[in-house]
Amino acid sequence: MALRALAARKSLAGSGFQRILGARGLQTFSLPDLPYDYGALEPAISAEIMQLHHQKHHQAYITNYNKALEQLDAAIAKGDASAVVKLQSAIKFNGGGHVNHSIFWNNLSPVKEGGGEPPHSSLGWAIDQSFGSFDALITKMNAEGAGLQGSGWVWLALDKELKKVVVETTANQDPLVTKGASLVPLLGIDVWEHAYYLQYKNVRPDYLKNIWKVINWKYASQVYEKESA
Amino acid sequence: MISQTFYCEMLSSLTRAMLSSSSPPPSSHLLLTHSSHCLKTPNLSHRQCKQQKRWTHGSQRASRVVAYYGLKEPPYKLDALEPYMSRRTLEVHWGGHHRNYLEGLNKQLEKSDILYGYTFDELVKATYNNGNPLPEFNNAAQVWNHDFFWESMQPGGGDMPKLGVLEQIEKDFGSYTSFREKFIEAALTLFGSGWVWLVLKREERQLKIVRTSNAICPLVWDDIPIICLDMWEHAYYLDYKNERGKYVDTFMNHLVSWNAAMVRMARAEAFVNLGEPNIPVA
Repeated sequence: MALRALAARKSLAGSGFQRILGARGLQTFSLPDLPYDYGALEPAISAEIMQLHHQKHHQAYITNYNKALEQLDAAIAKGDASAVVKLQSAIKFNGGGHVNHSIFWNNLSPVKEGGGEPPHSSLGWAIDQSFGSFDALITKMNAEGAGLQGSGWVWLALDKELKKVVVETTANQDPLVTKGASLVPLLGIDVWEHAYYLQYKNVRPDYLKNIWKVINWKYASQVYEKESA
Repeated sequence: MISQTFYCEMLSSLTRAMLSSSSPPPSSHLLLTHSSHCLKTPNLSHRQCKQQKRWTHGSQRASRVVAYYGLKEPPYKLDALEPYMSRRTLEVHWGGHHRNYLEGLNKQLEKSDILYGYTFDELVKATYNNGNPLPEFNNAAQVWNHDFFWESMQPGGGDMPKLGVLEQIEKDFGSYTSFREKFIEAALTLFGSGWVWLVLKREERQLKIVRTSNAICPLVWDDIPIICLDMWEHAYYLDYKNERGKYVDTFMNHLVSWNAAMVRMARAEAFVNLGEPNIPVA
């Protein structure tokens, strides 16, 4: 739970540290550090949730993803087509979980580091164009998040083809690209129950209302500017 | 919200008859606020009922034909499953989630012109609409699933099945241990939210373990559910946090109600021929 240095922050740009493993050079993944303390997002998200979410859930996705990749490697080497296909759902689920959560940690930041401050400049502009106002975007994302049946994510995405920002949802751990190849995630909100249950119980709308206080719009703006250039 | 005129109680399964709740409040599933005569003439019922409405004075609500479903309580007190499933979990799971699904369903049914007069099983199948679920499906199926779930557990549960259920399990899975392993594996490899079921398949006349996502219920495939386990995170998060394995183990060891399974099997045998009985020769 120590404070994370700037160096660690940069490492989150990819998907965590990557180790070379095995003769074929299979890269495996490890848990990226959070750029803030577990308790730094209180009272919007409790420290208990952040710790469990990061150390248990995200770690489990990574562990299972690595396992699935190793099995995939072996199956490819043997030329076992049906084994390769059988592993796809495990890869999509666990790999998606890793990708999504890595983005999620970047999407949050403590209030004293600018969390919750609405976006200005180009992203703010794009939001106003697509949704009318910042508040309208929040309302829409909250509605989509609350209405999502089961587990999933709600995203604010940049559609690179249409050159506008859109709101999308994905089920389970499906990464955003499964909804459109030209979609780039700017902000993702995890609406799996594990993301809020201990604190908000079944009142998902309250969780959605409060999470905006710690959303890191700076990161979203950076991604937006880079991808729309 | 429920009208004071007479209601007709439709009990959709033997289980419900046998496991009826001992405390007063709504334990029936279907409450009609108008004469059941209306339902017997389905062609005209809708229009006719609406016309009859004009003759009554008093509140509009009291004379409209609507079907309201009541929230069924689990067949035990909310703290009866301690320490395996805490009272807090029951309170939030039953009193929060289950109740919300039910109230959502009633609200949707208020606006629906065609979805009334169904027993609950039929409502689930009708709203599933053969794979193209109507908006009411999620609520209806989740209410059904949760009712079934509470009845699939009992204080002092777990242990082993007996008699006919055990015989059938041994026939279809080899042994109880093998069944238990498969059931646990099915639960732990479920991606996302969903349920794990032990069902009796009609065509194959066999017990099978089935996994469903989100709200889907094996009723829609005409299977006969015997027991189920809720693998949505809200079912275990307060008690076990991320330790799903422990939750599933505890369910198998201490919570699952093989008595309920026996009742359901007994009823199922009326519909599925599981083989000739052993009649002693002399």
